[in-house]
Amino acid sequence: MAKDNVFAVLSLSGGNDGLNTVIPYTNSLYRQYRPTLGIPEDKVIPLNDELGLYPAMGPLKKYWDEGKLAIFLGIGYPHPSYSHFRSMDIWHTCEPDKVGVDGWLGQAIKEFDPNAENVLTGVNYGRGLPRALAKEGVPVASVGNLDTYGLLTGIDGQDQRAQALDVFSRMYSPSVGRGYAIDYIRRTGTDALKGADILTTAPAKYTSKVTYNNTAVGQYMKNIAQTHLAGFGTRVLYTTSPYNSFDTHASQMAAHDKLWTDVSSTVDTFFTDLRDHQASDNVLLFMFSEFGRRISDNGSGTDHGAAGVAFAVGEKVKGGLYGEYPSLEPSKQEEGGNLKHNMDFRSVYATILEDWMGLNPTSIIGGNFEKVRFL
Amino acid sequence: MANQEDIALMGHLLRRASFGASRAEIEAKAAQGYNAVVEEMLSPAAQPPIDEDIMMRYHPAYNHSAAIETNVQQWLYRMTNSPRQLQEKMALFWHMIFCAGHSKIDSGEEMSRMIAMFREHGMGNFENLLLKLSTFAGMMYYLDNTESHKVALNENYGRELLELFSLGVGKDNEFNYSENDVKACARAFTGWNAAPAYPPFPHGRSPWEFRFDPADHDDSEKTFLGQTGRWNGDDIINIICKQPATARYIARHMYDFFVADEVPVPSWRQTPPKDVAAINLLEKAYFDSGYDITAMLRVLFTSDFFKAPAVRYARVKSPAELVASILRMTGEHYGDVQPGLFEISQEPKYMGMDLMNPPTVEGWHTGHEWIDSGTLVERINFAAEYLGRTDLPGVQDIINRLMARGERLSPEAFVDGCMDMLGCLNMSDDTRRELVAHAQRDGELRHGTDAERAAFTRRCGEMFQMLAATAEFQFC
Repeated sequence: MAKDNVFAVLSLSGGNDGLNTVIPYTNSLYRQYRPTLGIPEDKVIPLNDELGLYPAMGPLKKYWDEGKLAIFLGIGYPHPSYSHFRSMDIWHTCEPDKVGVDGWLGQAIKEFDPNAENVLTGVNYGRGLPRALAKEGVPVASVGNLDTYGLLTGIDGQDQRAQALDVFSRMYSPSVGRGYAIDYIRRTGTDALKGADILTTAPAKYTSKVTYNNTAVGQYMKNIAQTHLAGFGTRVLYTTSPYNSFDTHASQMAAHDKLWTDVSSTVDTFFTDLRDHQASDNVLLFMFSEFGRRISDNGSGTDHGAAGVAFAVGEKVKGGLYGEYPSLEPSKQEEGGNLKHNMDFRSVYATILEDWMGLNPTSIIGGNFEKVRFL
Repeated sequence: MANQEDIALMGHLLRRASFGASRAEIEAKAAQGYNAVVEEMLSPAAQPPIDEDIMMRYHPAYNHSAAIETNVQQWLYRMTNSPRQLQEKMALFWHMIFCAGHSKIDSGEEMSRMIAMFREHGMGNFENLLLKLSTFAGMMYYLDNTESHKVALNENYGRELLELFSLGVGKDNEFNYSENDVKACARAFTGWNAAPAYPPFPHGRSPWEFRFDPADHDDSEKTFLGQTGRWNGDDIINIICKQPATARYIARHMYDFFVADEVPVPSWRQTPPKDVAAINLLEKAYFDSGYDITAMLRVLFTSDFFKAPAVRYARVKSPAELVASILRMTGEHYGDVQPGLFEISQEPKYMGMDLMNPPTVEGWHTGHEWIDSGTLVERINFAAEYLGRTDLPGVQDIINRLMARGERLSPEAFVDGCMDMLGCLNMSDDTRRELVAHAQRDGELRHGTDAERAAFTRRCGEMFQMLAATAEFQFC
């Protein structure tokens, strides 16, 4: 039986500097705009004669060489917002013009599992649910720490906690007719307990030859691998880098290096781990940020910008560059000295929804967007 | 001396009109008498304000902070510590109706200023409050009135003012306004705008300012709700406030927030109020007092419909209420300024209520919709963590009170005592049965020797955690 396709997201929160991630290293304008933060040509990892990866992205280059890394250039949306919250909301809800409620992946989960039969169809690592996964009636576990996840985790002593959970399961045994709200809460509590019970078995089932970075990104990607390998039927896995970590207004040189060293090596560890377990075939990993950064550096860092870059990694990905690198010519910039988008992120979502998840993207992303043929 | 019913009723009042209270406070207020306490709450100015000096000394970042997290933290500190509890509760009430959010406003300081405006004017005259709202630069920006011009109308604020801030879509199956009224309203508010911001460098951001631009104001004749004139925004607000629909809408929101969960707002046109007589009393108070919010609250808190056992525990606690009330009940971050408040102030967000950043202008979905499998885990674990900490002053006090109930406590008396102390008098029989069965395993409780006291304390902590985990604890 063919395994269901699984979609994993690593959100790079804070606005990743696309210009120093996929670098137009031979463009003289790049040198002019980046007097402080420009990456020397001999340090860049070339992809072709014009573009290259940031030096710390060697581990990702491996996937490029294998033809399994798709890079989306100039990705964004019309009338860009420079607010972290608003722009992230737009990526989450596909609603650039009004404030949306439902997340695109919440809607996808609803279609996979309309009656919420599997409480683990969607799992988020990190506390608090990203709007991308929000949809009424869709249970999504949001796990701050997989090793300690669960109900009543504050009760000391294994026996005491086991007893308390036993009482809990009986207190939440289904009731009918006690009032809609209390019946509903009891059902939800039973779901939550079930989800936690299943989910927390993942680490014990897991053995691995690789070691993940001891960073938030590393540990959450490890949790994603553990959840996938445990075979709970999870279709959507999501995590976010530490909140606004990519917001490099100052001292970007050191910070950006650390961020991409971590992300690149973690992605490599993740896929190596899945490959060791013969479990990589049905996984697609997507990485994006809410916006790119200003073309000119500010002497130390970069301010909020518009178009950026995004990545997809997976065995079924047709590697390559998609879209055009936005022009650095002053006349072709987005207002305020930013890169102008030429690929709508909803085109990438449409491809993922239709060609990876087998769903009709139109209602989820709010319209028809030309697909990007990377799958 | 207050009896059990006085204490239960005072607990109910304090869960609703304030962010809960410690057991000691509930008993002290019950002894003071219900009506006296209501009057005290209705006059915030008669109580000392929160000590701003202390706040600023320990949290200098509070001062004009642009970061939203700092402002949310400051608000949680106020919810927990303000002696003017009802005023703080009303600030939350209006924030949940007059929704504007940080996701667009992108300035924590502006959001705090808006909450401060609700705090200052939220218990006064409703017409004045609507005027303050409509001259608040952040709101003008949030709902695009800054983009609405005499020659190019943007209807967003005009519509939401009617639909969400005053009249509501409809009542008793009728519609409260037409599309033409929306247009007339939006036209009347053209020119109600924000002044251009000062550049943020080198002194940082400055507060936004409202500005009326007569040149961009459509001064022509408009017909609004059947009345024709060269209406400006304040005329529109004046007409709005006279409408029975406005009285109904505010009354229903108050009932939903203070008395019992109502159906979601979009169904109010077709679905009659849960308690029509109660709504009628509030509507009458609105008109009799000339739109005075405090007069409506006085009627609400002193009426039988509020005190009735049927409405106790008839609301699901909002995350802000849950977090602040646990802090007040246990004494954590209550009184003393301590480190660690920042982490706690993120908790409502984990529970689905990102304060100062409601999901849309329609606000949060309340009632049982606060709860899903993710948020329930957060709610239970948070409450259990603090209630299980038997070193916290509020928890210790409760344990001492339980000990004072007798030299020995049967498992049944123990469970009932814990439920009473935590203000969970709504336990269903089957939940109580499970808790009693659990307590019976270790038999009766004593506190004569040190060892017995330690065991008593440990069992209290465990029982409080289990109570915090019940479905019933989600209600207030």
